[in-house]
Amino acid sequence: MSGSEFVPLSLTPILIGVCAAIACALPGNFLVLRRQALIGDAISHVVLPGIVVAFLITGTVAAWPMMIGAAVAALLAVALIEAIRRLGGIEPGAAMGVVFTTMFAGGVLLLERSDTSSVHLDVEHALMGNLESLIWLDAFGWHSLLDPVALAGLPPELMRIFLTLLGVIAFVWLLWRPLKISTFDEGFARVMGMPTNLIGLSLVGVSALAAVAAFDAVGSIIVIAMFICPPAAARLMTNRLGAQVGWSVAFAALSAVLGYVLAGYGPLWLGARDSVSAAGMIATVSGIILGLAALFGPARGGAQG
Amino acid sequence: MLWQALTLQLGYNATLVAIGATLLGFAAGVTGTFLFLRRRSLVSDAISHATLPGVGLAFIVMVALGGDGRNLAGLLAGSAVTAALGLLAVQWLTRRTRLAEDSAIGAVLSVFFGFGIVLLTVIQTMESGRQAGLDGLLLGSTAGMLRSDALLIAAGGALTLILTLILRRPMIMVAFDEDYAAARGLNIRQVDLATMGLVMAVTVVGLKVVGLILIVALLIIPPVTARFWTDRTERVWLLSGLIGGISGFVGAAISASAPALPTGPIIVLTGFSVFALSLFLAPNRGVLAAILRHVAFQRRVHIRQGLLAIAQGQPIYERYTVRLLHRAGLSRPDGVATEAGRARSAKALMDEKRWEILRAMPDQEAAAALYDGIRPIETVVTSDQLAEIDTYLASPQEVSA
Repeated sequence: MSGSEFVPLSLTPILIGVCAAIACALPGNFLVLRRQALIGDAISHVVLPGIVVAFLITGTVAAWPMMIGAAVAALLAVALIEAIRRLGGIEPGAAMGVVFTTMFAGGVLLLERSDTSSVHLDVEHALMGNLESLIWLDAFGWHSLLDPVALAGLPPELMRIFLTLLGVIAFVWLLWRPLKISTFDEGFARVMGMPTNLIGLSLVGVSALAAVAAFDAVGSIIVIAMFICPPAAARLMTNRLGAQVGWSVAFAALSAVLGYVLAGYGPLWLGARDSVSAAGMIATVSGIILGLAALFGPARGGAQG
Repeated sequence: MLWQALTLQLGYNATLVAIGATLLGFAAGVTGTFLFLRRRSLVSDAISHATLPGVGLAFIVMVALGGDGRNLAGLLAGSAVTAALGLLAVQWLTRRTRLAEDSAIGAVLSVFFGFGIVLLTVIQTMESGRQAGLDGLLLGSTAGMLRSDALLIAAGGALTLILTLILRRPMIMVAFDEDYAAARGLNIRQVDLATMGLVMAVTVVGLKVVGLILIVALLIIPPVTARFWTDRTERVWLLSGLIGGISGFVGAAISASAPALPTGPIIVLTGFSVFALSLFLAPNRGVLAAILRHVAFQRRVHIRQGLLAIAQGQPIYERYTVRLLHRAGLSRPDGVATEAGRARSAKALMDEKRWEILRAMPDQEAAAALYDGIRPIETVVTSDQLAEIDTYLASPQEVSA
């Protein structure tokens, strides 16, 4: 394929997909180890009411109000889950189930009751994202990467998700030791004087940030899949946390690239005319990787395995 | 309009849907109780998301065989197949690898759902694939449904409910005490499998009414709500079923009463309203009851401290304590004790002394551990023991003038 076709149509979606996948997979490593993997699931459900309310307040579908609305909804959900868990003495899984289904139901209802027919805002869009449409129309080939005029026309999602990725990397890098210790031995971490509650809360906060930024670009299915599948597969490959994070980043990037290519060109190879959902395909590929890791991963059975 | 809907006067279809939703809600509430008691509520989330590829595959197969892709019975059969695969995948990942169950749930739900979305986009490009019927299954849509579909939902709801009631006893036993159930000869794995089978049945029947994203709410919210009202397993399931049934009925009725009120979200929000009310108002476990208990406890501490202060001749500085003592008729508004107050304070001081003696007795360690400063000593020891303690009290002496 020539650069004049690849660069404008496929380069930016792939880059955005890879950035989103890695931004979610990095905190996902710790969530999987802390048995909080479903936080990602909960957050990506409550994003819907957040963006609907943001739309109703501002009347636009601009990115910033939407992202702020989503972030507020995510924080509200975490607070509600915690409140219900404490006030009612309910186990965290059930408390989570109560909160995210209710908020999602509220979002759907608001969406149906309000007039959003004039704008592109619906449940399917929220679930599947629109990775395929994030194209770079100003590019004409590889040389456009050096052309400032063309670079100005890059989809804004790319910059946002890239900055988010940098933020997530900085968070994991700066808090590596406290995160590691408090994840594996919370009691020890507390004895060492670490604010374990604060660490746990900041991890959830960063996850929410990554989820909201990625959601904006790629929809919520990829977000849930990338929070869990690459880190889970990586966990079956190694016993060392550093290596696990490395594997998870590789798996996330591989899922994004392979999933996008298979979705865009796979059907053509099979003789069909139209491409399929890239978001769904990326999730599927990450699941296949996890399946392979579960069958053949060297550390699949535990510390001895 | 709403009143007509609640009294089933909105036509045959709406009535069938309302009945189906009620039965489904009841079955989901009962089944969900056992999931909740076994702390596996979110497994249902994986099962429900795993129905999507089945729906897509069933559509493709039915069209390939020359039939109508939107046949609800066929779609539901397909969804049951992949839901079962999803459940097996969760169990396989948890058993065979070291991944925790929550990771397995999240992985299965996102991957199956993602693959389902891929299939939906395939269907969109097919000749007969105006997928009007399929995205209704994401969020549930009962508006303008076929007579045969409404009948299917009502029958499915009834069948699920009957199965649930038949399997109730072994499920209660396992949920309540796994070891005891095993000792009684129950096969725990089979019972768990049956529970999961019921969850699948609820999910599949609920696809058209509530939609696959929200069906978990029907399995989670009623048992959590019922738990606020009772501690007895044999009542939790019944109460949970009732709450689920009422949510299903009221939700379906409200949704039928006006346009643009999607059934699934309304049912979920109805259930959540009951939950929120219970969270605050339930006796014992509710927030309001907890606050009242706390206030009552504070009062007892204040009165006790006030009485001890009176007995030792110390002034009471805390206004709240004085107010409480005055209201109980134990002191005047300025904090000076009344006759009754002096009597009670003497008793309080003597009890405090008795506790002190009790806590020094090595053989009374268990009773002494109950000391919290306000518990009447008579409720902890027998009258014989009290008499024994009293022998250690210094008896009143004559004071020379």
